[in-house]
Amino acid sequence: MSSKIDYSLPLEYQTEQNRLNILGFWIFLGAEIVLFATLFGVYGVLYQRYAGGPTHQDIIMIKDVLIQTVLLLTSSFTMGIAIFEMRRQQLKGLIFWLVITLLLGAGFLFMEINEFIHYVHLGATMQTSAFLSSLFVLLGTHGAHVTFGIIWAIMVIIQLLRRGLTPTTARKTFIIGLYWHFLDVVWIFIFTFVYLKGMVG
Amino acid sequence: MGIKWDEFFITGDPLILGSQIAIVLTMVGIVAGVTYLKKWKWLWSEWITTVDHKRIGIMYIISGVLMFFRGGMDGLLMKAQTSRPEMEFLDAQHYNEIFTTHGVIMILFMAMPMLIGIMNVVVPLQIGARDVAFPQLNALSFWLFFGGAMLFNISFVIGGSPDAGWTSYFPLAGKEFSPGIGNNYYAVALQIAGIGTLLSGINFVVTILKMRTKGMTLMKMPMFTWTSFIASVIIIAAFPIFTVALALMTFDRLYGAHFFTLSGGGLDMLWANLFWLWGHPEVYILVLPAFGIYSEIISTFSRKTLFGYKSMVLSILIIALLSMVVWVHHFYTMGSGPAVNSIFSITTMAIAVPTGIKIFNWLFTMRKGRIKMTNAMLWSLAFVPCFIIGGVTGVMLGMGAADYQYHNTLFLVAHFHYTIIPGVVFAVFAALYYWWPKMFGFTLNEKIGRWHFWLFVIGFNATFMPMFFLGLDGAVRRSYTYSVESGFAPLFLVSALGSVILALGFIAFCYNIYWSIRHADRNITGDPWNARTLEWATASPVQPYNFAKLPEVDGLDPFWKMKKNNQGLTIKDSEIKEIHMPSNSGLPFIMGVAFGVAGFFLVFEWHIAAAIAAIGIIAGLIYRSFDYDEGYHIPVDEIKETESKWRNVEGEVHNYVK
Repeated sequence: MSSKIDYSLPLEYQTEQNRLNILGFWIFLGAEIVLFATLFGVYGVLYQRYAGGPTHQDIIMIKDVLIQTVLLLTSSFTMGIAIFEMRRQQLKGLIFWLVITLLLGAGFLFMEINEFIHYVHLGATMQTSAFLSSLFVLLGTHGAHVTFGIIWAIMVIIQLLRRGLTPTTARKTFIIGLYWHFLDVVWIFIFTFVYLKGMVG
Repeated sequence: MGIKWDEFFITGDPLILGSQIAIVLTMVGIVAGVTYLKKWKWLWSEWITTVDHKRIGIMYIISGVLMFFRGGMDGLLMKAQTSRPEMEFLDAQHYNEIFTTHGVIMILFMAMPMLIGIMNVVVPLQIGARDVAFPQLNALSFWLFFGGAMLFNISFVIGGSPDAGWTSYFPLAGKEFSPGIGNNYYAVALQIAGIGTLLSGINFVVTILKMRTKGMTLMKMPMFTWTSFIASVIIIAAFPIFTVALALMTFDRLYGAHFFTLSGGGLDMLWANLFWLWGHPEVYILVLPAFGIYSEIISTFSRKTLFGYKSMVLSILIIALLSMVVWVHHFYTMGSGPAVNSIFSITTMAIAVPTGIKIFNWLFTMRKGRIKMTNAMLWSLAFVPCFIIGGVTGVMLGMGAADYQYHNTLFLVAHFHYTIIPGVVFAVFAALYYWWPKMFGFTLNEKIGRWHFWLFVIGFNATFMPMFFLGLDGAVRRSYTYSVESGFAPLFLVSALGSVILALGFIAFCYNIYWSIRHADRNITGDPWNARTLEWATASPVQPYNFAKLPEVDGLDPFWKMKKNNQGLTIKDSEIKEIHMPSNSGLPFIMGVAFGVAGFFLVFEWHIAAAIAAIGIIAGLIYRSFDYDEGYHIPVDEIKETESKWRNVEGEVHNYVK
């Protein structure tokens, strides 16, 4: 691997290894799409198998879900601004918008955990029915990804503070950005096919 | 924490007691041996921490050979049990466990690592690269696979083996009907190994897409690289499905979810669908690289360019696509109705078309070639008729209506052994004979190799051919015994005797390795077979940086052209520049251990301990994130010295054919 730096490209694409890493991450996202597609498939098979337990209409708090959606979609937008700041070589702006993104993500996570607690209080647990098993695992997998993303982004922020903007830190920031947007896309599908479809019945 | 400590170790079975003693003795022996030879430091710094694709490949292959032994023992035990009617060698439970572990180990821990190992060794060399795209990730892939394999293997002495078949169908595999922890091993160990495989897939796709040497366009790639590439793409498309299926199984078994249970609205056939949505592409992940191996070997030993290169590429693409849309043929008897079964019958039989194209291409490659009967070539020749038997019976099984007769009989078992053994195991043997000098700098003995070949091929046919007829007569699979009145006894006996010959073949192979390590001639060139692709354009064994100067390519069979035109075979001192190399790292090994330990606790449902071990995994990831190791450079003088050593060797091969 040559460590030649091509200054004509954006910072995160300047070294050969960076280009490999970014392509590798895109392919990893391909695998993630298959993973979530499978979970959606499972949900699609099981979503009406209530087994006498609560149905969608019994448990979904659509107002809270709307707030979650707004938080996460906004965080995707702020992540976009962060990468924009990175392209402008503005380290401070980049970190500021990354922190905002993470706060919005943490807010989303807080709401989601509350939602789960609310479900459990209603007696709707993973053990209740096939519908709820698939619901919890689909939402939980997405939530676990968000949690992982927050921890990961904190690591990247620490490295940005320590090392400033280099091709390596820029690549790491860019990749977490891709990851974050991907989680947003998955959420759009969850919002549509789980919550909206569930409320319509 | 409902684990009873008195059930921790499996007791009361002399076979398992013997294994336990053997495992303890082997481990003591290995530790004592390494200590006595003072090799710990060497083992750690040269192998365990290595990120070199060739060494990782060799470790994969060694693990594969060991797992072949383990899976083979399982097979022999089954054959011993069914050799006579009403045998009382194994009880029903023990037999269930053995056919389960046999299947899992042979597919996931023997065939997969063998092929991924060969891919690791060969692909970067064939495309003229210095390593894979992510060397440390590659090491992590290996150690995850190894951790998963070890976790799965200890099941039969600690806690109990899984016993629901390698397919682990629900409801049998659920907590209700398999309350022990055996099936937890299945869910957790395969998950860990599966993550490793997925990472390998990503690594190879990026490597092949981005790291080909100058001039090697996609349509100038060697066939093995093509098939490895497509297999990697299938890995990325199929393994996440398995990840999900195993995770849902874990939720069902450990946390009382209702995905596949009979109660609570679960659907047991959902498991079968998910399993085969991964499982069918999986068999093409195995067989495609094997097809690539045969293509390379047949072309080399026929002294001809591969016939129909473009149609070969097209047919692997078609096979890859079709592999995704045939999964229902594994359970026509689910009763999805004639329309669904018909569609899947058609897609299944359609696979025979591109596969047939490939067979004809191999035959046409040999036509008018100057064929050299080396061992590698013999395995490739034996593959063709044996695999055709497997393929034709596959078309028989693929017909939905007829399948109701064959379903769950030994006919099916014979069919898939006739595809997987010629399709994968023969290929692995061929590849080992072919690329052995590239890995180790000496060839395997051809004469002992002939024993290996004939014993194995004859034993294989004697073992599995009778099973076709047993199956047609109605003998079901996975049944631990049969009555005298059934009339199955003679064919079962032939099959059992066949398996002994098969085992002798494997022993001959092991002896060949031993003999060749001791006695084979080390004075061989980088190109002992007069081969055609780039991996032969460098030293044997290959130097850590692969190529002092990256070769340039302008067509198929680049090394053949280099030899013919006498171009690019030499190197000037002025062309040597220092080479950047990645540093070794102990982290992948530690991560493998952490995954293994966390998995072990999870198997026993000790959630707190598992969570603590999982913190180790997170810590490893964080450590990796802060790791800014940039690797090191090999200085020009060192490269000059290494190059002058092998380039001056005279081109004589003495001892490998006797």
